[in-house]
Amino acid sequence: MNNPYLPDAYKILDIKKETQIDYTFKIAYEGALVGGQFMEISIPGVGEAPISICNYDDSSLEMTIRKVGNLTDQIFNLEKGDTLYMRGPYGNGFNLDHYRGKDVVFIAGGTGLAPIRKTIDHFVNNPDEVKNLEVLIGFKSPKDRLFIDDIDRWSEKNCVTVTVDQGDDSWTGKTGLITTHIDKLDLTNISEKIAVVVGPPIMMKFMLFELIKKGFKEKNIWVSFERKMSCGIGKCGHCKIDETYVCLEGPVFNYTTAKALID
Amino acid sequence: MGYKLSPLAFDYYLKALRNTYRIFAPVLQKGKGKFAGTDVISYGEINSLDDIMLDRKSYFSPKEVLYPIRETLFYFLNDETKAPAINVKPILILVRPCDLNGIGKLDRVFLNNGQEVDFYYARRRELIKFAMIECVEGFDTCFCVSMDSNVANNYDMAVRFDEDNITVKVVDKSLITKDLTHADTAIFEPAFIQENKVKVTIPEVDLVTKKTFDHELWEEYTSRCIACGRCNTSCITCSCYTMQDIKLSDDKKIGERRRVWAGCHIDGFTNMAGGHNFRKKNGEKMRFKTMHKINDFYKRFNEHMCVGCGRCDDVCPEYISFSKCINKLNAIVREETLHE
Repeated sequence: MNNPYLPDAYKILDIKKETQIDYTFKIAYEGALVGGQFMEISIPGVGEAPISICNYDDSSLEMTIRKVGNLTDQIFNLEKGDTLYMRGPYGNGFNLDHYRGKDVVFIAGGTGLAPIRKTIDHFVNNPDEVKNLEVLIGFKSPKDRLFIDDIDRWSEKNCVTVTVDQGDDSWTGKTGLITTHIDKLDLTNISEKIAVVVGPPIMMKFMLFELIKKGFKEKNIWVSFERKMSCGIGKCGHCKIDETYVCLEGPVFNYTTAKALID
Repeated sequence: MGYKLSPLAFDYYLKALRNTYRIFAPVLQKGKGKFAGTDVISYGEINSLDDIMLDRKSYFSPKEVLYPIRETLFYFLNDETKAPAINVKPILILVRPCDLNGIGKLDRVFLNNGQEVDFYYARRRELIKFAMIECVEGFDTCFCVSMDSNVANNYDMAVRFDEDNITVKVVDKSLITKDLTHADTAIFEPAFIQENKVKVTIPEVDLVTKKTFDHELWEEYTSRCIACGRCNTSCITCSCYTMQDIKLSDDKKIGERRRVWAGCHIDGFTNMAGGHNFRKKNGEKMRFKTMHKINDFYKRFNEHMCVGCGRCDDVCPEYISFSKCINKLNAIVREETLHE
């Protein structure tokens, strides 16, 4: 009988410091993945947690991890060449077919950029696959920005808006809450436009409210949920909302489904 | 086939079965109650008829026999993981029909939900056979009839306990020993309870709306529930758990990962690293549990999760009654439907 709880050891190939508390870990991994899926990662004797995959290729995957708890504190002590335990991938991830041929805007708040990073990257690299591509990203402050190189690269050919809630002396970019920047998007085709929204619960709540108010159709909005899954395989109950298991049917949901879910 | 045994003959039968099976039944745990000098009834391994406690309902359900409160999933040894072996001696559990149906709900989650089968549950589940205790009266807080769980047919044997004799019906022929073949045969079909003192009406699944979720009913539970989680731990169908890692050596090379029972009423169940918590109010926790037991589990598996054993009512230190909650909810849903 297969034991889905047993993790395997994987080698850390590289660690990139994004901010003081967000590091991107590149890990040797071969296997099929979809952007927006997650892994259960762990350190023996410390703990296990679900972390979304922000990038991958044939021989590796990347996860951006924020240092916020017991396990992540320990993960930040790891170095290149060390091993990390993983099992997965879990969840549905972003199905590119939902966005192909469409006018799409990706909207991310803070670490919410991590799960959609790979999907944005795909369409930046394959611009013919979408009718129009826009990216709207909000961070708390300039020092909280993630994937700065990627964002610069995306900005070369695409409409990318980065805003920070609060600027600092050196910040010359946009400021203000992410919801205040919706008007700057190309809204000419709003009844057909697709929005993909990922971020902290409070940001998602207000962003979805604003998008609907502006005229986005519910069926054209996609979201990704964050929950602390202990198992990732529909048993532990931590991510259940109504009859839906975020780990099995999500974490990516169409808004018509997501809006009916009440914790 | 049915057999009628004297208490002594039944003990010989149990003794013979114990060669092959570990036998679990509700037992009185002397001095193990919540307060000094009090007892508690829970499931334990038995040797004889005298060990079996039938006059009162067990405080804890039999779920811990197949789903331990705390279970080591595997050990880390350097860079390897190894799941521990378990006692593979087959198990016979004496259960009432409600609990037998409740174990069916655990099966749904551990064996049928999602793509993966729960390795740890499945390997114990395979060892288990059920001796169903005939239950025709129930107890004060039971509402199994309303939950359609008063009748169970998937038992391996059924047992009727009378003052002077014990009658058994054996379905699984491997449970027939010479102690039975030497006994008097009897025609025996277990009877089932037909009416409880407590009755509930489940609101029709599709009539429960967002409005029902927002109803002030749940505020009452915010003021009453203390989030102790006893309803979760005593429930036959609550199956949630959390991972727990234990470090056994300082160099981090040896350790173990366990899972421990968790409960939606207990603080921290929906906490995420970074501090966000999806259900802060205890009334929201009560709502989540209620909907799971009598609404959303049905949407997923076409059967309600709650089996009406009433243990949550028995154990709640705040005297919250789940059956009353269901009936209040039903009245609210009816009212809402009328006004639409």
